[in-house]
Amino acid sequence: MITEIKALFIKDLQLELKQKYAINSIVLYVLSTVFVAYLSYKGNIDATSWNVMFWIILLFAAVNATSKSFVQERPSRHLYYYTMAAPQSVIIAKILYNSLMMILIAIITFVVFQLFLGNMIVGNALFFAGLILGALGFASTLTMVAAIASRSDNNFALMAVLSFPLMLPFLLSLIKLSNIALQTSEFTAEAMKLLGMTFGLNLIVIMLSYLLFPYLWKE
Amino acid sequence: MKNNWWKILSILLLLYAIIYGFIVEIPDSNIGDTLRNVFYHVGMWFAMLGVMFTGFVNSLKFLSKGDMYNDLKANQSVLVGVFFGLLGIITGMVWAEFTWGEPWANDPHLNGAAVSLLVYFAYLILRSAIPDEEKRARVSAVYNIFAFVILIVFVGILPRLSNDTLHPGSGDGNPAFGDMDAQMRYVFYPALIGWIMLSQWVLQIRTRSKVIEEFIEEKELNL
Repeated sequence: MITEIKALFIKDLQLELKQKYAINSIVLYVLSTVFVAYLSYKGNIDATSWNVMFWIILLFAAVNATSKSFVQERPSRHLYYYTMAAPQSVIIAKILYNSLMMILIAIITFVVFQLFLGNMIVGNALFFAGLILGALGFASTLTMVAAIASRSDNNFALMAVLSFPLMLPFLLSLIKLSNIALQTSEFTAEAMKLLGMTFGLNLIVIMLSYLLFPYLWKE
Repeated sequence: MKNNWWKILSILLLLYAIIYGFIVEIPDSNIGDTLRNVFYHVGMWFAMLGVMFTGFVNSLKFLSKGDMYNDLKANQSVLVGVFFGLLGIITGMVWAEFTWGEPWANDPHLNGAAVSLLVYFAYLILRSAIPDEEKRARVSAVYNIFAFVILIVFVGILPRLSNDTLHPGSGDGNPAFGDMDAQMRYVFYPALIGWIMLSQWVLQIRTRSKVIEEFIEEKELNL
């Protein structure tokens, strides 16, 4: 199982390194949206708007990055994987790969934000804890939703409709969390509660994906 | 009669709740007589949770056994659940207009309810997007299980974590029923049970009529 996951993960990574399509398009997307925000705010952005802009741009980048997860390869290739690997390995490898991508995207978004809109974070440790947990949560939820949406004919439209409501628990607690990080550098009780909540949601989503994906995979 | 006692019980309980809900002495609070809405408004949410749970169980059953009846029942559960959810939002809005002065206040309960309805609307859209029956049943069962877990997170966990709710009676554990005296509880609990039973009854009738509809359709195709 571990070797299967490793092989599938490396396969995805090599595919991406060869094409460099996904990561480049996301970088361009982040750059252009942040630039639009920079032009519209004209430099006087307040902490709340900074926070909301950051998470919304990250959310859309995440949806863009993961929606191709199960449709970029042809169905016949999927059939081949189906005969070679356990479905659990497929979903775990995909979640791992998407998590790596998401952490990368989150860091890129953060750097671009620094560049154009300035740094407003007071509690760096708290913010990054939230960012990493959030990236993992986005990745695992969206991987599962991408798997569901790929079973229908119009993948992209469905992806947005299905994922946004499911992402809201994450998004709400993350926005609250970084709001705290914008005000204080301490790990307050409220912040710990939110971190725990995000972590718990992560666990629930990964567990559900692990259990339910086999039913989506067989066809 | 053996299988239908709960329907009669449901009618009796709701009759009792509707009549007695208006005469029972309620504690003197700052929201006055509008407190009586709790007998009807909260019941909607419990009815919704009840049928959504039925849908969840049916989706699980479908994934383990593959019986199309379970898929049909899960679909109908979501439809009935969304209906009761909308009723819950409407009764809440009427009440909010009187007590908070606006039909939609920015409150974790309201937002949670709205989002969980969105999740279930997405379920219905997902169903209409997949033409193949077998595939639709499997994919939507997977999504339904996801949706139910999110629903529990939204109505069961998030409101309890937030401190800035406007809903009366929050802060002492249960978000739905806080400051009620014993007298009110005599009406409240029977009303809840009545609403839950009523929603299950609605679901049963809908499922049966759908089964008959499909049967007739098949017959006509064969002719």
